[in-house]
This record gives sequence, C-alpha cells and structure tokens, in this order.
Amino acid sequence: MSITAKHVTKQFGNFTALTDVNLEVPTGTLMALLGPSGSGKTTLLRIVAGLENPDAGVILHHDEDVTERSPKERNVGFVFQHYALFRHMSVFENIAFGMRVRRRPKDEITNRVHELLNLVRLEGLHKRYPSQLSGGQRQRVALARALAVQPRVLLLDEPFGALDAKVRMELRQWLRRLHEEIHLTTVFVTHDQEEAFEVADRVVVMNHGRVEQAGTPQEVFDHPANAFVMDFLGNVNVFHGRVHDGKVMLGNLEVAYPHESRADSQDVKGYVRPHELDVNREPADGAGVPGRIVQINPTGSVAKVRVMSEDFGLAMNVDLPLERYGELQLAVGEIVYVAPRRVRFFPPDDYVI
Amino acid sequence: MSIANRRILPGFRLSLSFALTYLAVLILVPLAACFVKASTLTWTQFWTVVSTPRVRDAYVVTFGTSIMAAAADLVLGLLIAWVMVRYEFPLKRFFDSLIDLPFALPTAVAGLVYSALYAKNGWFGQYLFPLGIEAVNTRLAIVLVLTFIGLPFVVRTVEPVLESLEAELEEAAACLGATRWQTFTRVIFPPLVPALITGFALSVARGIGEYGSVIFVSGNKRFMAAFPDVKSTEIAPVLIVERLDAHEYAEATAVAVVLLLTSFVLLGVINHLERRSQRHAG
Repeated sequence: MSITAKHVTKQFGNFTALTDVNLEVPTGTLMALLGPSGSGKTTLLRIVAGLENPDAGVILHHDEDVTERSPKERNVGFVFQHYALFRHMSVFENIAFGMRVRRRPKDEITNRVHELLNLVRLEGLHKRYPSQLSGGQRQRVALARALAVQPRVLLLDEPFGALDAKVRMELRQWLRRLHEEIHLTTVFVTHDQEEAFEVADRVVVMNHGRVEQAGTPQEVFDHPANAFVMDFLGNVNVFHGRVHDGKVMLGNLEVAYPHESRADSQDVKGYVRPHELDVNREPADGAGVPGRIVQINPTGSVAKVRVMSEDFGLAMNVDLPLERYGELQLAVGEIVYVAPRRVRFFPPDDYVI
Repeated sequence: MSIANRRILPGFRLSLSFALTYLAVLILVPLAACFVKASTLTWTQFWTVVSTPRVRDAYVVTFGTSIMAAAADLVLGLLIAWVMVRYEFPLKRFFDSLIDLPFALPTAVAGLVYSALYAKNGWFGQYLFPLGIEAVNTRLAIVLVLTFIGLPFVVRTVEPVLESLEAELEEAAACLGATRWQTFTRVIFPPLVPALITGFALSVARGIGEYGSVIFVSGNKRFMAAFPDVKSTEIAPVLIVERLDAHEYAEATAVAVVLLLTSFVLLGVINHLERRSQRHAG
C-alpha cells in the first residue's frame, strides 16, 4: 500500500519540526528517511504512523485520508529505536500481543508466532524474556511483533541505531533480504547515509524540517540537489573561488561555472568528493593545485591522502585507489599536484547565512 | 583479607561489623528478649493467654483492619502515583509533599483529627451518621486511619517504577491495536505488580504496628461474649499495654510473640509473591 504525505507541517512549541513536507512512498518500496538529528525525519515517521498529529497537511494511505485516524485504525507496524519490548512478557507473548488484543484464535496465534520466529531467525527462543536477549535479537523480536498483525505498512525509527557496528551491518542486509521476501511498503529513519544507500530503494534526504531531495540512492548520490545533500552524503572538499566571465578560479585551476552568476566576481564554492581528486608528481596538462602531503592512511579499500596547499590555504582529502597509490609510491612531506576530475557548483542559496 | 584489599574504598571490616552490631543491638536483641520473656511461661500458660476470645478477637481486628487498609492504599496509592507521574498541574509540588506527611506527622495527631472529623457532630460525621456510616469507635474508623498512615508506602514504591516505563511501550501497544484499557491491563499494570506488592507489605506492616492513632478513633471496645453482635475494636497492641500496666510482663510478651510470628509469616508470603512477580523485570 502506498503512503502519501501532503503539505505536512508540525510545530513543537517554538520549534518547527516539519515545514510543508511532501512525501510519496510507492507500494512495495523500501524507503529511507535520511537526515541529521533534528531534521524532522522521526516526526514525519510518527505522523505517518498516527503517533503524532500534523498541524497542517494530510496523510493518505492508498488514496484514503487517514489523517484523523488512530494508529490502531491505520494498521501500521512500528519498530522503535529502543525496541519498546514488553519486559514482563516472553518473546512468544511479545510477538503474540497484537493478535491477543484482537482476540484471534489460539492455534492461529501459535502458528503465526512460530512462522514469524522462523522469519526473524529466532526459533527456539520463544520462552526467553527480553532481558535475556542481545540487542540485535531484541530488535528482531520487535520487528516480528510489528509484522504479526499483518500491517499494511512497516515503519522503523532508527531501527539499528542502538546496536554495535557489526550487528548493524548484518541486520541491515537481513532487512533488505526480508523486504525482498515480503515486499511490504516500508519506511525507515536513519542518520547513517551508508545504511540508507545499502538498504533502501529510494532515499529522502531531510534537513531543518524540509525535504532536500528524494530519489534513488544512485540519483541522490550522483546528482545531489544542493550543497547540504552533497555535504551530508559523504566527505567533500570545498574550494572557494570567484566567478569571472563564466569561469571560476579555484586556486590555480580554471573551471567553467555552469550557473548564471548574478554579478561578476561573485564568491562561489566548488565541491569535490575525495575520490574525484587525482594526485600527480607533475602538474597534469599544466593544471593542479600544488601541496605537501601531510598524512597517508593506506589501510582500507582506498588510500586516504591529506594534502595541504599553503599557497591557497587549502586542506584536501584525496581517496586514491590502492593500485594508483602503489604506482605513485607517495611519501609524507612530498610536494604533489592535486587535480579534480569533476567539480560541482550549486546555484547560490537565496538565504545565504 | 584479600577481598577487602581489592576494593577501592577502605573500611569493609569496620563498616560491616558496625552495621551488623547495629542490627543486632537494635533489632535482634529486643526481639530475642521478647521470646525469652515469653518462654518463662509454660506452653499451657502461653496458650491460655493467647487463646482467650478477647485476645483472639484483638488479633482478628489488628490483622483484618491492617490488610483492609493496605488494600485501600493499593488502589488509592496507584491512582495518586499515576497522577503524580503522568500529569502536570498547579501546586503539584505542594501535593507531592503532602503525600509524605503521614511519614512525619505524629500519628496521634492524625487519630485526634480523624476522630473529631468523623464524630457524630464533626464536619464529615454530621453527614455520614444519617447515612448509617459510623466512622468513629468502629472497625471502619481503624481502617480509615490506617489507610491514611499507610498511603505513602504504596505511592512512593510505585512512583519510580511508573516513571521508568517509557511512553514508547504505550505507543507500541497502540500500534499493535490495543485499546486503552488493554494497554493499561496488559502493558502498564504487570510491571507495577512487584512494586504494588512491596507497597502493600509495607503498608500492612505499618498498620499492624500502629498504636497512637488507632486508640483515638477505635473506642477500644473489647470483645464481650455476652454481646456477640457488638463488633469489638480493640487491637492487639492495646492488650499488650494493658498487660504491662498490670505488671504481667510475660503475658504481655506472649501476646507480642504471636503478633510477631504472624507478621513474619505474612511478610514472608508477601516477599515470596514479590520475588515471583519480579523474575523477569529489568
């Protein structure tokens, strides 16, 4: 079932959590709401669930206006960051809860619970209590409990936020596989861009209560809509420069400026991802910002090289493929020339701070 | 003392021996003395003292009123704790400190005030008497005053547990389709049970030991075989005081020993219930 949010606004006292937010979750999509803390992503999720009422705007579940309905009537599965398991109930009873309050027949409950335990790979743990489970297991119980009532949508609030790195990794891959099995419309909130990109079909990037960009992970990563998205989705090098005759000087590099500039010699920022920078011993094609290597960290899938350019007051982070790094035999203290393969400019914001 | 040496703070031996001595001097020795004194009676004498209808009746009054008052505290205390934890309202801090008043107030004062209020011409009594509710010189009076005295025990034990229940639990229950009543009975109430049992136990224990306020409101009507319809209101501690006044020390302690043992058994049972209900907390 699809979910639509139209012009949703929410205020908590003086704090504006959401400003005119529109969201479209097509049926069967696994969508990530991505943003820093305080960006309104959890509030939006809670409004979709009916745990919070919007000040303005409507929520549609498959063309049906559910804005005034309670969570119970919306039939959503909600998974909380801190699990919110019922401590006095066994795993079995936790999962059975939704069916018990709906007074389903006993054998149906038993069958369904065991089916779900199987699905979340917790067979044999049904007699345990939440306090006897690990964090990852608890979160899977919470998920099974949410799925037990056969919700039409599944909503997860930072589901892996409280877990350690390894369990997180496992669980998000598992969530992806689970989604491929059951194809339930799912929205999950995260502040971890890696998690969002790895798991989701579609990503919605939020900031200050607004949607900054929505699209597939590929679209969002390759074509960030603005500086915030660019910056939020990973490390980025910022080059300051001035526009002159449709060209920008970044250090000693001349780059074409793709947008219309409002005035000559306007200050602009060019954004370059670390993997979009190359390092050479000689200036390639006569271009390249000269700088001294101050740090090299080759432990990882790329060699991270940090270059300081004293002439232009720039610290640049370069991700070099390991083969390229081996080829160059770089050493700390060497002078190198850094050249970007691609520079992004964003149209200046109307509200520059 | 290798174990003590590994501790960060010194003074394991000193603090432990101090604590144990303190407990012994203040609690164990007086209790033992009570048993020793009672043991100067033979079994037959002992049995004669504690099995007279008057004494038996006093036990029934003592335990019966204490348990009934504690049961009333359970309901009232849960309600008050709920309001205090869940809602914000004007003068909340003032009302919050009122809850502790029975801890601090000399209970005789409470007894005096209650007997004045519920007397036939008192503020409450003038309306209650025409309705046939006599809340002075009756067992109801004892229950009322013990309810007042035991209330903070329930409120103060339930409050922290209630505070520790995250709002998310209720939201989870709501999302799973529980009604408000189901959310209360299945999600909120069960974790409160151990605290409620503790509060009940403390309240009962306090009620059994209460003397000061009860003697003002109960009227101390003793059991009389000739008037079986008259509900007696004499509590066991009053009997003990009476025996002491008559210099019958051994008899007084005999009455006390039965009171003590019954209290022990009662508390033992309650503790057992509490442990059982607490198995999976945390």
